[in-house]
Amino acid sequence: MSFSPAISRVRKTRISQLISKGKRLDGRELIEYREIKIERGVIGTAEGSAKVNIGKTEVTVGIKIGIEDPFPDTPEEGVLKVNAELVPLASPTFEPGPPDENAIELARVVDRGFRESKAIDLKKLCLVPGKHVLAVYVDIYVLNYDGNLIDASALAALSALLDTKVPKYSVKNGEIVRGEGWESLPITNHPIAITFAKLEDKLVVDPSLAEEEVMDARLTITVDDVGRICAMQKGGGGFLTIEQLLQAVEVARMKANELRKIVLGGG
Amino acid sequence: MTIYFEKRSLVVPGDLLAEGDYKVGENTHRVGNKFYATRIGLFDFKGKTLCVIALNSFYIPKVGDIVIGTILDVRVGGWIVDIKAPQLAMLRVVDALDRPFEPTKDDLTAIFDIGDMILAKVIAYDRTRSPLLTIKEPGLGKITHGRITSITPSKIPRLIGKKGSMISILKKETGCQITIGMNGLVLVRGKNPESEMIAVKAISKIERESHTTGLTDRVVEMIKKMKEEGGVSSG
Amino acid sequence: MVEQKRLIDDRGLRVDGRKPNELRPIKLEVGVLGNADGSAYIEQGRTKILVAVYGPKEVHPRHLGLPDKAVLRCRYHMAPFSVERRKSPAPSRREIELSKVIREALEPAVFLEYYPRTSIDVFIEVLEANGGTRCAGITAASLALADAGIPMRDLVAACAAGKVDGVLVLDLNDDEDKYGEADLPLAMMVNLNVITLIQMDGMLTQEEFKTVLNMAMEGCKRIYEMQKQALKAKYLAIKEEVEV
Repeated sequence: MSFSPAISRVRKTRISQLISKGKRLDGRELIEYREIKIERGVIGTAEGSAKVNIGKTEVTVGIKIGIEDPFPDTPEEGVLKVNAELVPLASPTFEPGPPDENAIELARVVDRGFRESKAIDLKKLCLVPGKHVLAVYVDIYVLNYDGNLIDASALAALSALLDTKVPKYSVKNGEIVRGEGWESLPITNHPIAITFAKLEDKLVVDPSLAEEEVMDARLTITVDDVGRICAMQKGGGGFLTIEQLLQAVEVARMKANELRKIVLGGG
Repeated sequence: MTIYFEKRSLVVPGDLLAEGDYKVGENTHRVGNKFYATRIGLFDFKGKTLCVIALNSFYIPKVGDIVIGTILDVRVGGWIVDIKAPQLAMLRVVDALDRPFEPTKDDLTAIFDIGDMILAKVIAYDRTRSPLLTIKEPGLGKITHGRITSITPSKIPRLIGKKGSMISILKKETGCQITIGMNGLVLVRGKNPESEMIAVKAISKIERESHTTGLTDRVVEMIKKMKEEGGVSSG
Repeated sequence: MVEQKRLIDDRGLRVDGRKPNELRPIKLEVGVLGNADGSAYIEQGRTKILVAVYGPKEVHPRHLGLPDKAVLRCRYHMAPFSVERRKSPAPSRREIELSKVIREALEPAVFLEYYPRTSIDVFIEVLEANGGTRCAGITAASLALADAGIPMRDLVAACAAGKVDGVLVLDLNDDEDKYGEADLPLAMMVNLNVITLIQMDGMLTQEEFKTVLNMAMEGCKRIYEMQKQALKAKYLAIKEEVEV
């Protein structure tokens, strides 16, 4: 991702040959995802958590709830912060250090999906207008990189948010008091990110690591419950045609429904 | 088979120059049977070969080129030279000294030090290594006097002119020795600073107006005017 | 409760008086900086951006170079005084993401493979930000690359379109981006008719998306013509001046 090692020319040729026949290196169809496994409640110290595997890619998301000052522009809304770490143990190409451009892009694309779809009703997270609101920290921890971090991270984030239990707070005389029990986050939309890689002149969903290493360009489309597009991001140095873009939107809407069923049904 | 531009028209990167059975020339690029300009410049074609004479370009070394460079660093084996190319060039000791180099006696900085300018020749260059220079030919070596000015490398043919017409006029009218480095640096050596200044201004005018017609006449006129004003005589 | 700003008035005009399909006034200048190998300046409405290109040149540090092509490095940076509330000069997460997407928007246009083991550095400085900075930055960066004599497949033109108060509009300014429903920045190599940057944040139905995409593409095409004029302007002016 950040620094591509020399790619075997033989493998690149193989991938190209297969693609021209509509096939992929691992035998999948162009619009087929690898096996998706979602497990909720994996981290005891987090208010919400989930671990997602797409093929061998593994991402864990932990949700922490805090009490913060609201942003000046939105004094009656809770705060959502998404951060991603490409932890060095996840790949020989990840270096220790502060988040690099890939980690930052990953976090911001996932964030956009939730923010623009208004997945969390932030207005319901206000405790004292202008002074105290609930902050939802979404920390994406990539544990094994085998391609398609964005979709895995977005699925894990959504699952973790659904898993989250927020302490019940009430306000007495301007003071915040911890009440009894827990409640869920007010989640009103379930955005799903679908990422494509452009190989030769075709778009494939859920690129594996090998495919990401040779792809021309990457396209992520985030779709909400009713098929609206709430985020889009082209990545990688190549280009897309308009036909490819419009076709991808069609496929993304369809795949988002499939993946959403896994998140809501399973876990 | 269609060519979309007239000769000498100004084109920019991405302009579709022609469609059909043509050949790729300088600063053009082919996609299928469509030919595009890759740099801003003047369109031209000779037979089937399409090309663009770039108005903005930088120097890419070629073996055999005479270049003017600046010594940037002195190393164990020789000197690092800036020849205004994407990569720094190397002048090895063996290509600078006629006799064997004796590390205990010779001091490389005494031969060329940082900041010195040299007239050199490119003896090797390919994609896997930095350009290599030599000064072991007549006329090459440290530049000790004169003025250095620069011109965009792609405009050097204009500075030289058809069969050397432009450069001959310049030399004759200003009385200066003018050595053109293929890397866009030009060494002007005259009898006095005033005539060197006139030559430098003329080169600057050629650089600025290289894409226009009637340039030679205007250059001659400008030099004559400057000589009258400065009271400088030629020859 | 913050009063919701009205972005489209009763006559269908926007906060700055524009019609939905209108671009802001654009000014482009090429070759404005003496030290850079190539440079350009853009004003789009009140957005003002300066771009410098250095290279191709040796990569420092050496190990960042690539054996088979040049490395394109891009730095999108906002001056502290470019926004209403002073911004810290340290790169923000947004600037880091934009530096990446802008680089990826320009890469397909540059013949990087001609100059292995070198770097081409693009510096984008936002002097005044009023919406559409990444698009304006890309538009100006293309000119700066051409000005530096770096061979390109095509110029990259960029323009955003979106949805504001339910209306689909072209070239959003800062208020429209902040308070509108969707913003879609787009960059294209127009002659080759391909997309090198597309992002969207907001909410659009599939139909709206298609319309907004088309609007943005039209915007790119118009801006592309302006880029070509700007590149030629200097030379045409000299020609007019000296040729009788």
